[in-house]
Amino acid sequence: MEPWAARNPQYPWFQNSTGRGAKMKRREFLQKSVIVVASAAAAVSGVAVVASADTNQWTAGLKTLNAHEGETLLKVARQIFPHDRLDDSDYVVVVMDLDTQAGTTPDTAKLLRDGVANLDSAGSAKFATLSDDQQVAILQKNESTPFFQKVHSVELVSLYNNHAVWKKLGYQGPSYQIGGYLHHGFNDLNWLPDPPASASPKPA
Amino acid sequence: MARFDSNDDSVVVIIGSGAGGGTLANELCQKGFKVVLLEAGKHQSSATFRNDEWFAFNQLAWLDKRTTSGNWQIAKDFPNLPAWTCKTVGGTTVHWAGASLRFQEHEFKAKTTYSDVTGANLLDWPLTLAELEPYYAKAEFKMGVTRTNDIPGLPGNNNFKVLYNGATRVGYKTVHTGRMAINSRPRDDRSSCWQLGFCFQGCKSGAKWSTLYTEIPKADATGKLDLRAECQALQIQHDSRGKATGVLYADQNGKHVVQKAAIVCVACNSIESARLLLNSSSTSFPQGLANSSGQVGKNYMRHTTGSVYATFKKPVYMNRGTVMAGIVADEAELNLKRGFAGGFEFETISLGLPFAAAFLKPGAWGRDYTRVLDQYANMAGMWIVGEDMPQETNAVTLNPTEKDQWGLPIPNVHYDDHPNDLAMRNYAYKRGADIYNAVGAVQTIAVPPYPSTHNLGTCRMSESPRDGVCNKWGQTHDLKNLFISDGSQFTTSGGENPTLTIVTLAIRQADYISRERTKKNL
Repeated sequence: MEPWAARNPQYPWFQNSTGRGAKMKRREFLQKSVIVVASAAAAVSGVAVVASADTNQWTAGLKTLNAHEGETLLKVARQIFPHDRLDDSDYVVVVMDLDTQAGTTPDTAKLLRDGVANLDSAGSAKFATLSDDQQVAILQKNESTPFFQKVHSVELVSLYNNHAVWKKLGYQGPSYQIGGYLHHGFNDLNWLPDPPASASPKPA
Repeated sequence: MARFDSNDDSVVVIIGSGAGGGTLANELCQKGFKVVLLEAGKHQSSATFRNDEWFAFNQLAWLDKRTTSGNWQIAKDFPNLPAWTCKTVGGTTVHWAGASLRFQEHEFKAKTTYSDVTGANLLDWPLTLAELEPYYAKAEFKMGVTRTNDIPGLPGNNNFKVLYNGATRVGYKTVHTGRMAINSRPRDDRSSCWQLGFCFQGCKSGAKWSTLYTEIPKADATGKLDLRAECQALQIQHDSRGKATGVLYADQNGKHVVQKAAIVCVACNSIESARLLLNSSSTSFPQGLANSSGQVGKNYMRHTTGSVYATFKKPVYMNRGTVMAGIVADEAELNLKRGFAGGFEFETISLGLPFAAAFLKPGAWGRDYTRVLDQYANMAGMWIVGEDMPQETNAVTLNPTEKDQWGLPIPNVHYDDHPNDLAMRNYAYKRGADIYNAVGAVQTIAVPPYPSTHNLGTCRMSESPRDGVCNKWGQTHDLKNLFISDGSQFTTSGGENPTLTIVTLAIRQADYISRERTKKNL
């Protein structure tokens, strides 16, 4: 766990938030501290887990939740923030973060297990086998439950702080390692006229 | 770094190292005063900042628990995070975006100008723009504000190009890259702007003015500064003659220390400044220190804010470059015909993907929301910042039941939107959407206020001791050697970002303290 996560137990999701899934640029990697190097090493093992999603074996990486709970939470995660451009592997990262929290907090494990069981009993069949519309309808009925709030709040950070997701959704993230955007397109928009120099002087 | 004895009662103790406290510390050190600068947060630097929104939020933000009440949407969206301010050396000048606008003459006379606005506790400032102008000039020079002192404006980024074209097409005239305390040329031993796009996360290039790497090291160089980081002020102490005598604080090991003082200056940002005075109540001051008026914590203002984002058919990449890259100033003028008192600016704003997901529609989920986020690269954004009405019932109070890690009551922040605030926000949402529609927006999104960064008014200055907490110098009406040195002394909020005015008041306050000390009045 990185030190800031330990300082801020109310934000436990930060423990996995840096460099996860990540192809950290070599120069950036070299600039970071020993602590971060350790977490990047952990991220490498995370990549291995994600890679196996393609072969449907990713649930083997769960430590606390079982495969069915993992598969159901994967569907829930996709329905909460559905992006066609994202792969299941991006949402697997969210489930892995939930699994990590379940492993450290028994209350969270129970909340997630009971939540999955509740979803399974809410429709005509197990939640994961229902149509998208049916899944969304069930989640709408449950959106004020602590279970939904938990998955939503963890996913909000876990999904959108994932560098692989940034790339797919068009966010370029840190720029310090390239000297800022000054020489990397900060003013390259060309579908509108450039403002006059009186409003927007040329760079130094 | 100097180290002064805790029993040295000749020092000035300043609580808080941000725009007010950090500036005041340097100004007093330059005049030869010995200063103990207490800061609750840790000492970071450009080297320890990261271009990472969530990391920086945890590194820099004030995250101690607070509670909220009132009809503002913050109480629903962020019930325990009413404010987005900093707990770190340099305070919120580490996080601020750099917009440095002078208040307008009429804004110092809000009661006279707007007359009686029902439900608003308006008051004229006990000073005028003319009195402040020489100090505004000093502040602009100190901070290196663009478009002043022959400093060129910053180059506009993509987000500004969208704002500029839209705003001029709907007829706005005053649209440019703003007056920013961000170097457009190397100055004051700091580099020019790299267009990093992470102004809110601590400027890694050092181009943005922050007391962290300007005022504080300059104060240190005098040999008169004793900066004590990770020291949380708990109580201001006083004697039987109504004179402040020192400050009780918890050091980084949790040990309680009393630092004696000749003069105490409070600059903890409006929520903590009020809380500290309220938590310093005694048998002589049962309502809290410097609170004979009953106005400590009252009239809390946070600016009428909101944002408008829009998606376009083609890429914008708003994340590239300065966050507040430009301004539309036309709506800041005095114009009571719009159906509300006060004015506002449009200023570009951008959020990275992690914070866009968290703030564009707090709590949202599902396909309608992700369709917007799918357009992240094609998105432009602007922020609305306008004058809000002081209301006596909008207040920082002590939570009756919840205590912090030192056993002191945590603050509750109550805010009800005034009908004038709502009218201004709705008008601004509409005009902001007009700007983006004029350049072909696919969709415009009215975004509710973020947790407050402009926290103002909880120890306001007033001519009469009955109406406020301090006089025109920030000196409290009740205790001669106790000063308010941050935005909490604002009588009204004005329509402009407050940092330049906070710095201006701090420079002026230092002159006053020095004069009064020479005359032996302090």
